[in-house]
Amino acid sequence: MTTLADRPVTASTGSFKLSMLLNDSRYRSLTFQFIALIAIIAFMAFVGGNLVRNLTAAGLNISYAFLGEPSGYDINQRLIDYDSQSSHGRAAVVGLLNTLLVAFLACITATIFGVVAGVLRLSNNWIVSKIMAVYVEIFRNVPVLIWILIIFSIMINVAPSPRDFRGDDATASMMFFDTIAVTNRGVYLPKPIWGDGSMIVVAVLLASIVGIFAYRRYSRKQLFDHGKMVPVLWPSIALFFVPVILVQLILGNPITLSYPELKGFNFRGGITILGSLIALWFALAIYTGAFIAENVRAGILAISKGQTEAAGALGLRPNQIMSLVVLPQALRVIIPPLISQYLNITKNSSLAIAVGYMDVTGTLGGITLLQTGRAIETILLLMLFYLTVSLLISFFMNIFNNRMKLQER
Amino acid sequence: MSDTPAQNVAFVRTSEIPPSPPPTRETGAIKWIRENLFSGWFNTILTLIALYLVISIVSGAAPWFYNGVWEADSIRECRDILAGKTGACFAVLVDRWDHLVFGFKYPQDAYWRPLVAFLLLLVAAAPALFGKIFPRKMLILTAIYPFLAYWLIWGGTLWLPVLVAGSIVATGLVFRLVEGMAVNMRQILAGVVGLLFGLGLAWLLFKGAAELVFIASNIGGSGLSVIPYAVFWAAGIFTYVCVIPMGIFVGYAIYQSAEDGGLVTIVTALFAIYIMLAYLLGPVSGAFNSIIPLELQAVPSRDMGGFMLCMILGTVCVTLSVPLGIVLALGRQSHMPLIKGVCVVFIEFVRGVPLITLLFVANVMLAYFLPPETSFDLILRVIIMITMFSSAYIAEVIRGGLAALPKGQYEAANSLGLNYVQATRLIILPQALKISIPGIVNVAVGLFKDTTLVSVISMFDIVGMIRGPIQQSTDWISIYWEVYGFAALLFFVVCYSISQYSQWLERQLQTDHR
Amino acid sequence: MNKTIFFGALATAALAAGIAGASTLDEVKARGKLNCGVNTGVPGFAEPDANGVWQGFDVAVCRAVAAAVLGDPTAVEFVPTTGKTRFTALASGEIDLLARNTTWTFSRDVDLKFEFTGVNYYDGQGFIVNRNLGVSSAKELDGATICIQTGTTTELNLADFFRGNGISYEPVPVETGAEGVQQYTAGACDAYTTDASGLAAQRANFEDPTAHLILPEIISKEPLGPLVRHGDSEWADIARWTLNALIAAEELGVTSVNLAELAAGTDNPEINRLLGSEGDLGGMLGLDSDWAARAIGVAGNYGEIFANTIGEATPIGLARGLNAQWINGGLLYSPPFR
Repeated sequence: MTTLADRPVTASTGSFKLSMLLNDSRYRSLTFQFIALIAIIAFMAFVGGNLVRNLTAAGLNISYAFLGEPSGYDINQRLIDYDSQSSHGRAAVVGLLNTLLVAFLACITATIFGVVAGVLRLSNNWIVSKIMAVYVEIFRNVPVLIWILIIFSIMINVAPSPRDFRGDDATASMMFFDTIAVTNRGVYLPKPIWGDGSMIVVAVLLASIVGIFAYRRYSRKQLFDHGKMVPVLWPSIALFFVPVILVQLILGNPITLSYPELKGFNFRGGITILGSLIALWFALAIYTGAFIAENVRAGILAISKGQTEAAGALGLRPNQIMSLVVLPQALRVIIPPLISQYLNITKNSSLAIAVGYMDVTGTLGGITLLQTGRAIETILLLMLFYLTVSLLISFFMNIFNNRMKLQER
Repeated sequence: MSDTPAQNVAFVRTSEIPPSPPPTRETGAIKWIRENLFSGWFNTILTLIALYLVISIVSGAAPWFYNGVWEADSIRECRDILAGKTGACFAVLVDRWDHLVFGFKYPQDAYWRPLVAFLLLLVAAAPALFGKIFPRKMLILTAIYPFLAYWLIWGGTLWLPVLVAGSIVATGLVFRLVEGMAVNMRQILAGVVGLLFGLGLAWLLFKGAAELVFIASNIGGSGLSVIPYAVFWAAGIFTYVCVIPMGIFVGYAIYQSAEDGGLVTIVTALFAIYIMLAYLLGPVSGAFNSIIPLELQAVPSRDMGGFMLCMILGTVCVTLSVPLGIVLALGRQSHMPLIKGVCVVFIEFVRGVPLITLLFVANVMLAYFLPPETSFDLILRVIIMITMFSSAYIAEVIRGGLAALPKGQYEAANSLGLNYVQATRLIILPQALKISIPGIVNVAVGLFKDTTLVSVISMFDIVGMIRGPIQQSTDWISIYWEVYGFAALLFFVVCYSISQYSQWLERQLQTDHR
Repeated sequence: MNKTIFFGALATAALAAGIAGASTLDEVKARGKLNCGVNTGVPGFAEPDANGVWQGFDVAVCRAVAAAVLGDPTAVEFVPTTGKTRFTALASGEIDLLARNTTWTFSRDVDLKFEFTGVNYYDGQGFIVNRNLGVSSAKELDGATICIQTGTTTELNLADFFRGNGISYEPVPVETGAEGVQQYTAGACDAYTTDASGLAAQRANFEDPTAHLILPEIISKEPLGPLVRHGDSEWADIARWTLNALIAAEELGVTSVNLAELAAGTDNPEINRLLGSEGDLGGMLGLDSDWAARAIGVAGNYGEIFANTIGEATPIGLARGLNAQWINGGLLYSPPFR
């Protein structure tokens, strides 16, 4: 604030004068901070005083006791046990898990969309790169809320309703040999039933996953130590499927599938993925995918052309150049913006209320708030939750990012 | 061998063979298609899939557009006209055009005002955005624009915005005047100002301390005792103790600064603008208006709606959040732990929560934190929250710009003997802002898209308009493709143009650095 | 545009602070406008027409109060509120009166500190289903998917009803009535539940209203009424007795047609007291003597309002049912004007 920095410091005599608080650069920052502290206290006093006054005037209080009381409402997607007699706190946890679920699914899908679109946008195939450019521009430049509403409307109005499956003159039918039903209430998938010995199959599956990682290490070692390219993709796929299927057949099908069937009003007996979840998941993934595509493209373009040309000169095929030379290097450029896209997905998942998906904004910040009228408490909890999730995501992603960086030579 | 006569070598040509044309499959369109669409089995598959996609989308959408009904009064009438064919019912756009664009309460005879404001926005933004093409002097238009646009959109008397602008200019003049004063004159001024300011501050602190004690003694009743009320007692007593010393100290500091005119200049200017805005503005604009009435019909901000509301929120919040973002970014770079801490907490907090929760705060919580009996209208509360939101993001962009500056710039500024304010204003910010502009534009685009979220808190922006009065009306119940498509189109046009501008700007900046 | 808003706000704040502590009545009078919270749009109850003018049954209550207090039925600022914002808007003073089909419940009255000033519509929660489902009772809805507006008492009633009958259901929460209808008509839910009046109102808009059946069960009591904040009993009295005036007017045969004639004075002392030609009931409320006449003059008495907004002659087509006068077997029973 002052323009005194250029004056000579005159404090060498050791005697302390009041003016030094302002003129001496050693003390001046302390002075400013002291003033700032007073200002903050004054602001808090203003806000807090108003809060106390308003609450007293309205006869309200701040209390979190409502979290222990029965909620009285039902939630259609529960990852943990819950019914209308459970507490508001439990409803909040149900919503919280639903938020994490849709965010997790959308992050993975958006990454896939983004990488595919980003790579294809640089393809020399003219029509494909143009389509990807159109995809990216259309989705980046329209609000995600509008996309969520459009995709949800498509879900509701284009997909057949369960009653279309009914009767002899059914206008809709199940897909893939009557195993999957796509309706406007959601998608119904076969559900595995764990019979005797199914644990063995699961154990074999886990073993093959470990095996795949071991095999990849081996192939990498072969490549680095002996310069031999060992095929990775197909053996991995084989390793994943073949042992499991063999064990399953040998043990006489311990794991069976229960197929969804139209009973009463709805399909039952399978796994249900709610329409609102699909709409939100898909909309977030396709919207954020467009942003990730741009990040991926920028990351790839940041790798100097010499790398590609050198790899080509070594005789690598284009897909090998991409997966072995360009992408590993581009990853370092791509990951930091990718983290912030993941954060965006988590935060945008709060738009679930537009389609009635019961995430934490829908339960704690929605129905609980409305039924109890505890606006301040619920919104504070809600913000605390999102803040924690955001900080955790950035924390873990930064660790990951740093590990990526360490490989740099 | 060398003496072999040349004429014996019968096959040596004396002229070049004209180049034969390349094989047909290597020329023109065929070559292009082969290289760009069918080079290898993988590309061929991709091309075929892409072609299939394009054809199916076009053939699906074409009849929908082609059969579109533009004139009907309700969705039932539309269905009758279409008689079972696939077709859009664009009539809803015609019927509810005003609602979609201006909201349902903005006075119809005043629609020209936001339109003019929008056109002027383009004029005003041009010199700021395309600095190289337009002369620098046109920036005056940009400076005038906010006041003019306020008058056009909200109406009321023209004198109010004019006088606010006048007060700002007058404040600048006061600043210059004090800066240029003779030292002994300024000492007198500093004495007076220092006394007033010291007294004022002491009074404010006294009030604050009383407030803290009030909280401490009432906190039990409101159930806030989660926070130990001892904290409030301590803070209250601390503030009481500080009242007199702080007043004296700050007053003295202002008096001391008379010699070189730093603090006293700023404080006097602040005084001037406070007096002008708080005490002179209302009566003077009223008086002017009674002499020369320049009035438009006043429109309360509750009546704004439709796409116009998105535009208003977008422009106002971005404009406000740039200066705030600069302050936050500088604060985050500061060496003072307290100030840095406050800025970091604010930025990380705002960036960590979804905008929708901040809008809930604006909607249902903010009222509890303001003095009883004050009522900001909803749009203002929303503007405050969105501005906070975007300023945190802009602060991060600017921090990136600040970090990108070579350290030598800071050192050079210091070695020239510039103080912090001068160095920041003259050396650091101009360069840092220049690098940050594309980032700021990206934040602005994101923010503009996020303005649709206000529909969640029962404001009638374009999405709220569609989900509320249009889809709930008897005439247009459950119409969705046409209206959402229209909203998407509007946003696409605006956001795409801005992002194209940002890319153009990035290219411009790149060439500058090479 | 930027700074001026701030200073405008500061000025407003200063202005508002100037009248701090004033009663709601004085505040409304000083403002010259009544801030009335309404629904964002329910056909028949509150919705803006094509010109942006609010119309409907709840809206009529706001207009009647405005006419009684300010003498001008158009001096109302309608504040559209959602389920989420309605109570905060009222508690924070953003609105003076909430007339948004809000159910009178214990916790809202006592815990949320509001004062219900009467009931303008006795409702109950019902279900609508497609006839081709072959359902004739709500108890047959075991396993059905049911669309329901979030944040309403209906959500809790629904949970209680199914729990009490030991049957299961899958709720599909929707934000607005329009979304509920959109999902229901598309078959994304088997049944849609809300207040029976709302069901009838929305069925009228369906492509084929006869294909849908409103089930006979009414699973809850939903007394809907206007409400105000706790703590300002004078204001609550005005809201309460304006509504009572509309109801009493119907009972006493005062209509918009004969209002002027009756206001001059009649042989019936109760009509005279109501319309202000005898006694000073208005003065006791802090209003003038013909306050009730003005309120009735806006759109007639309760019966006329009902008939014009949601009655059987309108597309909504609701019968009076419980909302008939007590002398006709309904529940409307205004305390005496005395």
